[in-house]
Amino acid sequence: MENNQPLLQVRDLRRPMLGPLSFEVHAGECVCISGPSGTGKSQLLRAIADLDPHEGEVWLEGEPARSIKPHRWRNRVGLLPPESHWWLPTPGGHFADEVNLPAGELGLADDIMDTPVERLSSGEKQRLALLRLLANRPRVLLLDEPTANLDPANTARAEAMITRFRESTGAAVIWISHDPDQVARVGCRALRLADGRLTSVEGEAA
Amino acid sequence: MILLSNTDLVIAASLVVLLALLSLRLQAGISGQLLIAALRTAVQLTLIGLVLKTLFANVHLGWVSLLALLMLLIAGREVMARQERRFAGLWGYSIGTVSMFLSSFTVTVFALVVILGDSPWYAPQYAIPLLGMLLGNTMSGIAIALDRLTQSAWQQRGVIEARLILGEQASDAIADLRRQAIRSGLIPIINAMAAAGIVSLPGMMTGQILAGAPPVEAVKYQILIMFLIAVGTGLGTLAAVVIGSRRLFDDRQRLCLDRLRAKS
Repeated sequence: MENNQPLLQVRDLRRPMLGPLSFEVHAGECVCISGPSGTGKSQLLRAIADLDPHEGEVWLEGEPARSIKPHRWRNRVGLLPPESHWWLPTPGGHFADEVNLPAGELGLADDIMDTPVERLSSGEKQRLALLRLLANRPRVLLLDEPTANLDPANTARAEAMITRFRESTGAAVIWISHDPDQVARVGCRALRLADGRLTSVEGEAA
Repeated sequence: MILLSNTDLVIAASLVVLLALLSLRLQAGISGQLLIAALRTAVQLTLIGLVLKTLFANVHLGWVSLLALLMLLIAGREVMARQERRFAGLWGYSIGTVSMFLSSFTVTVFALVVILGDSPWYAPQYAIPLLGMLLGNTMSGIAIALDRLTQSAWQQRGVIEARLILGEQASDAIADLRRQAIRSGLIPIINAMAAAGIVSLPGMMTGQILAGAPPVEAVKYQILIMFLIAVGTGLGTLAAVVIGSRRLFDDRQRLCLDRLRAKS
């Protein structure tokens, strides 16, 4: 990137019991957020994706969210919720282009796109949801425990795909994870959310 | 036309009491409701009979409008009461009422002025029964459609939000639910039209025939009414579903299920 402007800026973001939170994520940077459950990590991501009403402002590449149409905002600031939802009979229908998808890189079977959704395991659905999100080529990835239902081999595949996407497109990543090892593997910067406040983890290495 | 005496009605009423006793013996637990509903029918219809009698004797646009307004407001309350999850606040009442006003009133006035062309156009003998039939059917259509819309939005919020997350506009994310809601509101009248004359003899036509009207004339009226009901229900359902599905989202196209209240 030629300038030093952060890709994503969060300023005084507030939800009930959360914030005010201010932080920045630069292009190609990955921020991991950990913290006890129920502290509002998912709420934070939902607010950044503008799915829930909130106070404060979020800026993308120097533009405030309110000046960008909501569907364009969500297209560029892509959220991966903990649970995936499917509204068509097969996964393939949810993709604009099912041909050039790197499903194999995530350990998914070749015919997965034509398998009825109700026959998919939660791990398969989670990986397909990741593929579906990346197909939009968002500028920011908001990942809410993206590997929670995956075994170690598939966790490694998903981590590798996210990292590759981040490095090749310069996307910013905010990654919620409970696993310190995972944070160490993929995280450039570790933050902790507790009591509605974000703190840096770097100073207090275990 | 054979005029009914009070004794005739008492005989019919005793049949209802007999049914109530029978279901009491079978412990169906519905006898009380049945008797109360039967009593309500008798009282409400007697009252409206007296109102119509007075109205026919004093034909005035003001009185006709007042009765029409009253019917609309009561129908609006009924639509609201039939929702498992209705919109909070004034919206819960006004979505149904405004939609019924837009459809039933427009269609009734159109039929009175353009098709029937009586003088004056608001002659209560035509205006009130016509509006009553339209409101009754539109009310059901709107109630079913709105109920379907809000219930399925509640149940499928994950899907709606998943579609929003992937960059769909709110109107696209809710398009499937909107379509289903409109369908469910219109299916009763479509079925009624499809079965008319074969499976069922519609009440209005039967009434006219009982009153001595030539069957073919009664049939023409029934066809007119069916068409008007279809248009009224269709427009009302469309209006209610369009307003309702917009109300489910805020200005940033967020799904706002906190705008719904569960029936207590």
